[in-house]
Amino acid sequence: MKKIYMDYVATNPLHPDVLDAMMPYFKEEYGNPLSLYPPGLNARKAIEGARESTAALINAKAKEIIFTSSGAESNNFAIKGIAYALQNKGTHIIVSKIEHHSVLNTARFLEKSGFAVTYLPVDENGLINPEDVKKAITNETILVSVIHASPEIGTIEPVAEIGKIVKEKGIMFHTDAVSTVGNIPVDVETINADLISFTAHQFYGPKGAGALYLKGGTRIVPLIYGGIQEGGRRAGTENVPAIVGMGKAAEIAKRNLQTRMDHVTPLRDKLINQALTVENVFLTGDRENRLPGHASFVVDFIEGEAMLLLLAGKGIYAASGSACSSKALKASPVLISIGIPSHRAQGSVVFTLGEETSQEDLEYFNESFPQIITRLREISPYAKGWEGTEDASCTAKK
Amino acid sequence: MSLAEAHQLHNNELTFLDNPIDADATTDIIYMMCPMHLLTIEDQVKEIEPGQILAILTDYDGALEDIPDWCYKTGNEFLGIYEDDDHYKFYIKKHPDQKKDA
Repeated sequence: MKKIYMDYVATNPLHPDVLDAMMPYFKEEYGNPLSLYPPGLNARKAIEGARESTAALINAKAKEIIFTSSGAESNNFAIKGIAYALQNKGTHIIVSKIEHHSVLNTARFLEKSGFAVTYLPVDENGLINPEDVKKAITNETILVSVIHASPEIGTIEPVAEIGKIVKEKGIMFHTDAVSTVGNIPVDVETINADLISFTAHQFYGPKGAGALYLKGGTRIVPLIYGGIQEGGRRAGTENVPAIVGMGKAAEIAKRNLQTRMDHVTPLRDKLINQALTVENVFLTGDRENRLPGHASFVVDFIEGEAMLLLLAGKGIYAASGSACSSKALKASPVLISIGIPSHRAQGSVVFTLGEETSQEDLEYFNESFPQIITRLREISPYAKGWEGTEDASCTAKK
Repeated sequence: MSLAEAHQLHNNELTFLDNPIDADATTDIIYMMCPMHLLTIEDQVKEIEPGQILAILTDYDGALEDIPDWCYKTGNEFLGIYEDDDHYKFYIKKHPDQKKDA
């Protein structure tokens, strides 16, 4: 049976050159980077090299990169670290309603600690209106955090415009760029951000390596105290192989960024156009401002989880969106935020493409997907429509 | 003189300043804890010329003892501490006989 991986937004396969670069640091180069004898110094040198290439991917300075364990850690670090550093200046934070849980839950945690949080709405395409950011800013605002692109609906937010507004007010600006760094151009100069979170496994690097870009001269309260690693801002013996892998993956991503985008964009468009020919299938997220390899839909009258199972039965691996729907059978907050009622949000499905996705894969998918929809609708209690459901209004579009 | 006596002598000389000093270089390590103040001071003093003044901004209380001690041990001149709203500013004058990068 064919096996087609269409869940690049969950994680990417490791690039073979990245694995090769990492291997020595699992084996002979096992030294602790803080040790002052050759094995330690070699590990230190490897980390600093990785810092250079990781910084180069987003046009930052090496000194502005703090290695972490993940995008989630970077998001927690950025938000708590800035909130605590600036709490004497103000206690108001602004985030959007479609942030990743590592941002949303950190904001909720801070609310319990006495901070006030504004959750910005988005339009039906998932776009944040920069004017809403401007209106939400008060004298107490110390931090604005907006996701660069939603992994669930693929919409790319106008972060440069938002960053400009936020910086004009002298407020800290953070963006969670986990879905974008290594997939579309991200440049610290154009984004106007003081902090940017990203992770290696979203651009063919290893899991367990993330980074926080912290603009030079910005004060932050550490999340993890201990040793002097990462300039005392993130203690803990470094995950040397993962960091080396992140550096290598960043180097390759910078070199191949355009090629990768040129490969997945037409495949994505073909997938979207084909899927929308099926009745009552709707695209979620913005059609234009969209991650290059990202196609997400709401398929009416059936459940995303059922689609995933049948797709997996045909060797196609995809996602249904957020963990809310896949683990707790709750409607995704992102889909609710773009105006999709909860009964329709259950039909969410997300396909994400990458370097290894081929034309043949897509043809196989385009053949299988409509068959699965038909089969599930035949047994669906809603086969004849949404009659009897609480809210049958339709906001997603063809 | 014993080390304990040296500490005592030193603590007696701990100087708090009424106003900040114009420094040639400033390093902000606010929210960083031990031993970042000592590593930073060592790195940053290497970057300035003999006779120049380095300001270290920190909120780490341990620095009150450690930075003057470090100056005493390395022969650099400790000029004093200015207490700002939520942090200290430590001023160190690089020993005139020490070369850059020394």
